[in-house]
Amino acid sequence: MAAAPEPGPPLFELAGVSLRLGDHTVLDHIDLTVAGRGITVVVGPSGAGKSMLLRLLNRLEVPSEGEIRFRGRPLDTLDPLALRRQVGMVFQRPAPFPGTVRDNLAVADPDPKGGDDDYLAALRSADLGPDFLDRSADELSGGESQRMCLARTLVTNPSALLMDEPTAALDRDARLRLERTARILADAGRPLVWVTHDLDQAERLADETVVLVAGRVAEGGTRERFLAGEVRE
Amino acid sequence: MNDAAIGWAGLGLSLILVGVAVGLSLWQGLRLEKDMLWATGRALVQLLAVGYVLLFIVDPDTSILWAWAWVVLMVLVASFTARRRAPEVPGIMGLTLGATSASAALSLFVVFGLGIYPVVGRTVVPIAGMMIGNSIGSIVVASRRILGELADRRPEVEARLALGQPWQQASKPFVRSALRTALTSQIENTKAVGLVFLPGAMTGLILAGADPVDAVLVQAAIMYLILGCVATNVVLIGLGLTRRLFTPDHRLVRLARTGS
Repeated sequence: MAAAPEPGPPLFELAGVSLRLGDHTVLDHIDLTVAGRGITVVVGPSGAGKSMLLRLLNRLEVPSEGEIRFRGRPLDTLDPLALRRQVGMVFQRPAPFPGTVRDNLAVADPDPKGGDDDYLAALRSADLGPDFLDRSADELSGGESQRMCLARTLVTNPSALLMDEPTAALDRDARLRLERTARILADAGRPLVWVTHDLDQAERLADETVVLVAGRVAEGGTRERFLAGEVRE
Repeated sequence: MNDAAIGWAGLGLSLILVGVAVGLSLWQGLRLEKDMLWATGRALVQLLAVGYVLLFIVDPDTSILWAWAWVVLMVLVASFTARRRAPEVPGIMGLTLGATSASAALSLFVVFGLGIYPVVGRTVVPIAGMMIGNSIGSIVVASRRILGELADRRPEVEARLALGQPWQQASKPFVRSALRTALTSQIENTKAVGLVFLPGAMTGLILAGADPVDAVLVQAAIMYLILGCVATNVVLIGLGLTRRLFTPDHRLVRLARTGS
């Protein structure tokens, strides 16, 4: 799937990665290279294992077999906490913590070097104004809440972002706005992996596209049929 | 026979009240008569058995080791009871065994090591029994709440982990809330004592003819011991269980929670 030559190692390389939960095989021998720049969209029907793939990259799950490398280094040799701060993750449903937006950002970094300026920069990158800083996190709309979660992730200054169907709970305007934000972040040098089941969204966002069907990377005809909208849930 | 002893006749007369309860159950169609009669009979047999064993234990000629053996047995029974009441909590038996052993050791050291009571069978068994018995409920509440909080709030816990927080920090708000809930009822009991109800030890001593003020001093000391023991247990269970629910590489394990 990776087409253009990459500067430096790829963001992630997966070799023979499987994930089994009990008797259920969620991911089955995934071989994959995620580009070190731009937006890689992982698209597939519900239950294809897209979210689990993303969780593996953030080490919220560990593979049952196979190896994952992050920028050339095996994931299991890295400190998981340091890895998670380098690879920020935004989940499908926003999970605001109690308190204000500032309190939320402080969970990511209670004492940023640049003080409030760092928080304001993170809010700006997530397309939220400075007036949001002291607003109650409980009172934000779905779109604002998801942006706040993105800002919270950006406070850790990650070098890459994983976004797990971040627009699933948002209306069309909020969805398009978050897509624009993602594009700006990726173009500014933060490679991004975006999971979606929405083919139109994949088309709008993707620099690279990975099609996942039934826990496997779909190639050839299966891939073409899915992208043509012939394979559904 | 002293004033406190009611004898078999007194016990028989007190069964009138069981008869009242059974009659009310019949009248209201509660269908609890069999349960009530079974519970009444079972309690009597259990207490009589304990009474006869206590006769042996409190005998000044009996070795104190028998009393300590009974304490060990109580810790084991507490662990089985916790497992029966909260089977969904992983490792509850081992955790309860560890926590009750540690808290019993601490509490008994305060009571006997500092000389509040002499180390004799007559004091060791009832005091250990009260502390361990009162801890079971709090242990079960604390462990179920921790499991429930972490299962229900999984998205928030994982959002914290994804920000690079270690499991100890990511779980803290939820574990703290569960521990507060588990301890609150014991604190409320301690506050209400004397105002709303007269606790068992004090009532027993007064019925046995002790000076009420002496009875109060004993009861107050026991309440403090129970509070300390329950708090120790709850915190130890909180630490131990939370550690079990996360992997060493800071992932929240899959939680099979019943009823959610």
